[in-house]
Amino acid sequence: MSFDATYKEKKLKSVGTRPLRPDGVDKVTGRARYGADFNMPGQLVARVLRSPHAHARIMRIDVSRAVALKGVKAVITAADLPDLTNGNAALYAILDNCMARTKAFYDGHAVAAVAAIDAKVAREALKLIEVEYDVLPHVVDVDAAMAPDAPLLDENLFTQGIDPAPTTPSNVGNRSEFGHGDVESGFAKADVIVERSYKTEQTHQGYIEPHACVASCNVDGTAEMWVCTQGHFVYRQTCADLLGLEVSKLRVTSSEIGGGFGGKTHVWAEPLALALSRKAGRPVKLVMSREEVFRASGPTSQTSIDVKIGATKDGKITAALATLRYSSGPYADSWAETGAMTSFACYDLENVKTVGFEVIVNRPKVAAYRAPSAPMAAFAVESAIDELAHKIGMDSVELRIKNAASEGSRSSYGPIYGPIGIGPTLEAARTHPHMSAPLGKNQGRGMACGFWFNFGGQTCTDLNISADGTVTLAVGTVDVGGSRASLSLIAAEELGISYDDVKAVIADTSTLGYNDMTDGSRGTFSSSMATISAARNAIVTMRERAALMWDIPVEDVAWEEGHAKAVGASYDNRAPLSVKDIAAEAGNTGGPIAGHSELVADGAGVSFGTHICDVEVDPETGATRVIRYTVIQDAGKAVHPAYVEGQYQGGAAQGIGWALNEEYVYGADGRLQNPGFLDYRIPVCSDLPMIDTQILEIPNPNHPYGVRGVGETSIVPPLAAVANAVSDAVGVRMVHVPVSPPRILAALNAKAKG
Amino acid sequence: MRYERPGTIEDAVAMLAQASGRSFVLAGGTDLLVRMKSDDFDADLVVDIKAIPGMDEIAETADGFAIGAAVSCAELAENSALVSAWPGVVEAANLIGSTQIQSRCTMTGNLCNASPAADSVPALVAADARVRVIGPNGTRTISAQNIPVGPGKTSLEKGDIIDAILLARPQPRSGDAYLRFIPRTEMDIAVVGVAVNLTLGADGSVQTARVALGAVAPSVILSEEAARTLIGTKLEAAALGALEAACSAASIPIDDKRGTVAFRKQVAGVLARRAARIAYERAGGK
Repeated sequence: MSFDATYKEKKLKSVGTRPLRPDGVDKVTGRARYGADFNMPGQLVARVLRSPHAHARIMRIDVSRAVALKGVKAVITAADLPDLTNGNAALYAILDNCMARTKAFYDGHAVAAVAAIDAKVAREALKLIEVEYDVLPHVVDVDAAMAPDAPLLDENLFTQGIDPAPTTPSNVGNRSEFGHGDVESGFAKADVIVERSYKTEQTHQGYIEPHACVASCNVDGTAEMWVCTQGHFVYRQTCADLLGLEVSKLRVTSSEIGGGFGGKTHVWAEPLALALSRKAGRPVKLVMSREEVFRASGPTSQTSIDVKIGATKDGKITAALATLRYSSGPYADSWAETGAMTSFACYDLENVKTVGFEVIVNRPKVAAYRAPSAPMAAFAVESAIDELAHKIGMDSVELRIKNAASEGSRSSYGPIYGPIGIGPTLEAARTHPHMSAPLGKNQGRGMACGFWFNFGGQTCTDLNISADGTVTLAVGTVDVGGSRASLSLIAAEELGISYDDVKAVIADTSTLGYNDMTDGSRGTFSSSMATISAARNAIVTMRERAALMWDIPVEDVAWEEGHAKAVGASYDNRAPLSVKDIAAEAGNTGGPIAGHSELVADGAGVSFGTHICDVEVDPETGATRVIRYTVIQDAGKAVHPAYVEGQYQGGAAQGIGWALNEEYVYGADGRLQNPGFLDYRIPVCSDLPMIDTQILEIPNPNHPYGVRGVGETSIVPPLAAVANAVSDAVGVRMVHVPVSPPRILAALNAKAKG
Repeated sequence: MRYERPGTIEDAVAMLAQASGRSFVLAGGTDLLVRMKSDDFDADLVVDIKAIPGMDEIAETADGFAIGAAVSCAELAENSALVSAWPGVVEAANLIGSTQIQSRCTMTGNLCNASPAADSVPALVAADARVRVIGPNGTRTISAQNIPVGPGKTSLEKGDIIDAILLARPQPRSGDAYLRFIPRTEMDIAVVGVAVNLTLGADGSVQTARVALGAVAPSVILSEEAARTLIGTKLEAAALGALEAACSAASIPIDDKRGTVAFRKQVAGVLARRAARIAYERAGGK
């Protein structure tokens, strides 16, 4: 059945309210089952041996002593994971990252794994595995890796996207370019030009729950896995590909998730757990330690970005240029390309050009992190915009409003925008009381805008109506931020029933069709579309059942406010039938009532936000406190406003951490110095003010209720908003994130020296 | 691993003295239990001293205070006599970790863990605290300053247990203070820590001063040069400037994940100046 996703304004009863989340009681009482909470009879404990070297050729691995240890049931190396990737470079990178094949590319790269009867034996076994390394020169810094004399990670890597193709290998995997117009002629027309280089350090998503799974391979070729993931269908596909399993014979069940933020869209140790289980013939539980999570999963790119923006005296931008270098870990990827696409997306520009370089370094393989690649580009661009406003002597909000993209603008990455929210968020910022609140001594204010694409994708949903008229909703997009609550609201709205009569669950991969993973802020957007479609299909069935119950033509049965109503002069004296009434008779009218939906949710609708930040900086120590913070973002339609606000606040909190203190610190030996929450400093509660939010609702024309994704955009502006505020407070332009106390103090000392 | 929970200090000492392999004393456990989870750590014997009578008590005597080795830092803050006598020591102990950590961790543990960044140690050293050590050869009293000798290393010998930290009754017109720098508000380790303990003369000028620096050397520094800058002064700007310079000069830190050499040296001076002001006011100076 075709589904019309077009936005139609209508009065809403459930959508837009703030009921308690259905998973709340389990979570606050400790009953919720996370990745490490699954157990199987006879399960083994897995541990992974990891490289202590940043870059080393693996000359020999001898596992014989570990295999001989009492209680060890399986030991695997890369030899147990034959290369089935068939020329698929992205899949090969995942395989090699899961278990180093010829070289260890970073401190923490897996080289072997064991499964034993308990943790103690597994730990002993790791110590008995002998690995002979030929330690190679390493490079961890993105700029150093691009230097002509940098140690090469891959002698066969020739930069793509350059014509003519280079004849010598380098650490640059790819060059990408976006834009339109002619920037040189644009700069010629400028009265004022700002040109500066910026750097951002590598951060981790910092999810509190480490990666965890239980894998069980059977002798008949079937397998099961319970795992903490943002996308169990994607994990199923990737693991099946890597291990040579038939996709439908691997059943993956997702657990509750203790944070992912993109880091759980990629597989890490899950294929190893499956390989160990296959070899041992028993279920295998693998839980990464916090140290392993930091050393071998997650992080973002470290970046180095040059920005040049020119404008006329009255604040019209004439040209904008950015060169973005993003580290991607040891395997070339497309992080710089994404950064290059998002850089100037907030603005309507005649002449714009962005160039991205993917740089491989001896650090962990980069993973998605909430609007991946956009925060760093926004930091550089929004810092330059801020500086430009100062140089012209124009209010920075006015400058942005003057150049903001709007419906019909051609974006810097290509497409023409539909109705978008950048202008309205800026207008809201201009009139927000925060913007005019007085500042005290040593305090500064900064603001910044951010953009994210958003995504829809493949979605499959089942809606089952039980005999008592309550509803079970089975969805396949993992709930990472409260989507079970929003989808229950949507189902209640469509069917005209109470929120409390809907129970949403995340189905496993064998009980529902394929769903893309929860990324691109697609969870509520795409699954709500499928839920609406499924509910409408169920209503069709319920009208048919009501027609049977009344013995009248189905054309004479309408659906209004949760009831079947007989229409027309001949029948309209009949009392309407509720969902409960129809469900009670289902056994006599054709059996169970269900609505099903499979669709590709197109038209996710781009998202924009504007943030305002006040800080106070101790000029003698560089200590920085965020004293006020406001997030203004377009939600299209906030289905559950409390969780929309939570997404705004969460992204801002993570961005503040990134801006102020979070960074991977490497020693001269290329080893990670701070793989733990003690010295990888995410903000604690007392570090943050209450983060104020303002939800704008500019309906997405491609969703029945106007919903847009809201999860990611909120992490895009904070790096720039905080850095602009600190720059304002100390009177020095801060160009290196995190703007940690040592960096602030060094900048102040340099200023004092002139 | 063997776990023991002896009922007397003599039994505890004997267990440690006779142990072969790696043995540890357990009180609050906020350092030890975390280390025990690491792959690189093995313990053969853990002796829990919490069941030994007196270990969890703060005894007030004519001479001052004897703080049992198992007294949690949070309990220090609940002892009003101790708080009014040694506010700097108590505030230092209650900067460690978080509220939950403070309800378990102990100052004796903080001292014996021998981290260069231990918060309570500079405050104890500035307060000229002593520790009572019970070992196989009897009991002795030594300066707290002499316990840590380098990162993770103490001067204690096999079988030695510190059963109490001893703080003298403070002199009239005296005050102490501790400040540390962390980039966050809590749950962090000192990047620099400074404790100052001052005694004033009748005219309000500084008569004696003790200035202790943490996290800027392999172990705590008691800087006599820094102390001298304050003697005879009323903390005038020149004196505070000299103190700041002396503390920066006395600091011999390293670059690491928590901070840089330049940052630590500079901030050591800043915090010393601020801590001196607080101590001076607590001593009744105006």
